[in-house]
Amino acid sequence: MAALSDSADLRTAPAAVEPPPPARAGLRGWLFANLLSSPGNVALTLICLAFFAWAAPPLLRFFVIDAVWSGPDRQACLAAPANPMPGACWAFVRVWLNYFVYGFYPAGERWRVDVFFAGLAFGIAWLAWLNAPRRDLGALYVFVALPILSYVLLSGAPIIGLAAVPTSLWGGILVTIVVASVGIVVSLPLGVVLALGRRSDLPAVKFLAVTFIEIVRGVPLITVLFMASVMLPLFVPERLEPDKLVRALIGVALFASAYMAEVVRGGLNAVPRGQYEAAQALGLTYWRIMALVILPQALRATLPNIVNTFIGLFKDTTLVFIVGIFDFLRTIEAARADPHWATPVTSVTGYAFAALFYFFCCYGMSRYASNVEARLHRADRR
Amino acid sequence: MSEIAPALRLRRRFGNIALQLALVVVVGALAYAAARNAAANLANAHIAVGFGFWNNTAGFDISQTLIAYSAATSTFGRAFWVGLVNTLLVAGLGIVLATVLGFTVGLLRLSRNWLVARLAGLYVELIRNVPLLLQLLFWYNAVLKALPELSGSVALPGGGLLNNRGLFLPRPEFAASFRYVLIAFGVGAAAALVLRAWARRRQDRTGRQTPILWPALGLIVGLPLGLALVLALLTDIPVRFSYPQIGRFNVMGGIEILPEFAALLLALTVYTAAFIAEVVRAGVLAVPPGQTEAAQALGLRAGLTLRLVVVPQAMRVIVPPLTSQYLNLTKNSSLAVAIGYPDLVQVFAGSVLNITGQAVEVIAITMAVYLFISLVTSLLMNLYGRAIAAVER
Repeated sequence: MAALSDSADLRTAPAAVEPPPPARAGLRGWLFANLLSSPGNVALTLICLAFFAWAAPPLLRFFVIDAVWSGPDRQACLAAPANPMPGACWAFVRVWLNYFVYGFYPAGERWRVDVFFAGLAFGIAWLAWLNAPRRDLGALYVFVALPILSYVLLSGAPIIGLAAVPTSLWGGILVTIVVASVGIVVSLPLGVVLALGRRSDLPAVKFLAVTFIEIVRGVPLITVLFMASVMLPLFVPERLEPDKLVRALIGVALFASAYMAEVVRGGLNAVPRGQYEAAQALGLTYWRIMALVILPQALRATLPNIVNTFIGLFKDTTLVFIVGIFDFLRTIEAARADPHWATPVTSVTGYAFAALFYFFCCYGMSRYASNVEARLHRADRR
Repeated sequence: MSEIAPALRLRRRFGNIALQLALVVVVGALAYAAARNAAANLANAHIAVGFGFWNNTAGFDISQTLIAYSAATSTFGRAFWVGLVNTLLVAGLGIVLATVLGFTVGLLRLSRNWLVARLAGLYVELIRNVPLLLQLLFWYNAVLKALPELSGSVALPGGGLLNNRGLFLPRPEFAASFRYVLIAFGVGAAAALVLRAWARRRQDRTGRQTPILWPALGLIVGLPLGLALVLALLTDIPVRFSYPQIGRFNVMGGIEILPEFAALLLALTVYTAAFIAEVVRAGVLAVPPGQTEAAQALGLRAGLTLRLVVVPQAMRVIVPPLTSQYLNLTKNSSLAVAIGYPDLVQVFAGSVLNITGQAVEVIAITMAVYLFISLVTSLLMNLYGRAIAAVER
């Protein structure tokens, strides 16, 4: 050590801290690194800015500045001297909003729908918050209690004083949410069963599971919905013929189950073999191994994929429109055709409102999925 | 496992067989009950059973027929083929366009330019999170149906017309001499292949490279084009165009592209491209940066690094999810039924089903077609995947 510090080449005092070169630091450095690093890059930046300058002002004008926010009928949204180029007709959305949310659900009973939304939101929050207390109770609530309570609440039970509301009156966001919730509540357990079936050593079980999964995944949802709405009534005795909405729900739930099964299978494959062997060594039976050791790990590992599948399911609920169910998109289509609101901008406004709703829901879920994914990665790296 | 007592093993084996038998019996009983009910219900409704309807006269019109079809004489079977061809047309074109757009957006999203990457990301997030059916209705009802009427048709550069009845493009009409142009094209393409094989062998033997792109382009494009010019000067113009004209009630001449077709193609392309962009981005990011650095250390230029090192490795990751996007696009083309484009589902599971009432047969055939397409595609892609798989030591 002494020999080293004697050397004239070595510093004895720490060097003064110098600022980073100006080309790398601060806003200027960031600009040069990310936007202006080469002539080609400068050109790209200019093209992008030109695109913004071209696209953003008209969009802003149409949807915000020139938009009509309130009015009794189409006259408000037609070109007038005061507003020669009317933008989006939000007045139309405001007038029809109740219809978009509840469909034809009787006005006096709509509090029941609100209670359903609140109960569902509570359940989702319970399950989605990974540190929430007693998430097992939460699962019981969402997958068992909530479906039964919601059914009683929404379709009514005259015995306890709730007037019956036939499903033909349901509509709008209510139906969209019902279809999506039934889809997830049925498809997750059924998907787990199918995934276990597909990995089973028993040939008959495996064959049935693989056949179901591959057939459903190989055909479009519309054909499954057609099958549910046209063929299902043929397959049951006439007196048991299911309600139109129930038929669509069966179609959506079966379709989602096949996709969920593949997602769960991915999760099962991610559980190391040692976990099975350790559980077997402890003398657990097959069902206990699955319920206590494998599935908790598998479902946790694949939670982001489950959420992503659910996003797909949520978007796919719009297809029930085609078999005549009044989901949110269908109510938009119906309102759009209302002659009292026929203006050149009504359609665009309706679609923009629907797009906002779906985007808000799906983007929120995908952010949640990527947060969970990041959290799982952090846990793995420990 | 060998430690288990024989009696216990036997019992477990018996339990397994009993479980499977029970499952098969339950499924079989359900299927039998369904079939019995269906037969009874169909008999009550006086609906025929079986595939006899296939050869009956259809009697309904189809708005887009690529193969000969007439409502008065064609059969339901013919209608099926018309619908299938329409499905394949929109799916095939959609796959090509979505691949081009998707790869472009996916690579732009990886751009070092912050604005470009953000813009591409905005496109992906916006499109992925809005249902396809909503986008389809938007394109059809809010964009294409909002175009000007016939009298106010927009004239496009090159002689096309655009109005709310569709897009009308010039129709090429081929003279007899056009076959020489076709022959020239075939000869040019064959010569280009020979040239490529020769250049490869030469590089393998001597290590020297031969420029191939421009000679090949010259052979494939230049040869037929040159011949066409010569023919035009000497004898007859090989290709003439008939331009669409605005008539009193409709557009005359030209190729008509239905707004339904355009909307479906547009929606499928834009929607699937967003998913393909994500696939491409993930594939490129999956190639470790060390690969690029090693290629640079070997002295390869940026373009060669991309072509010889990054792309081949990225393709291995990209191909399987890309295939499932192609299949999704094909299956999603069935949304045609929402806007009335005559695809397989609209023609067969829609019109034919409504006329014949034979739901079981019609739905079964429709599902079988999609299933067949899915299985064949998966098979081909598995073969391709095996061909490009990494050879491990």
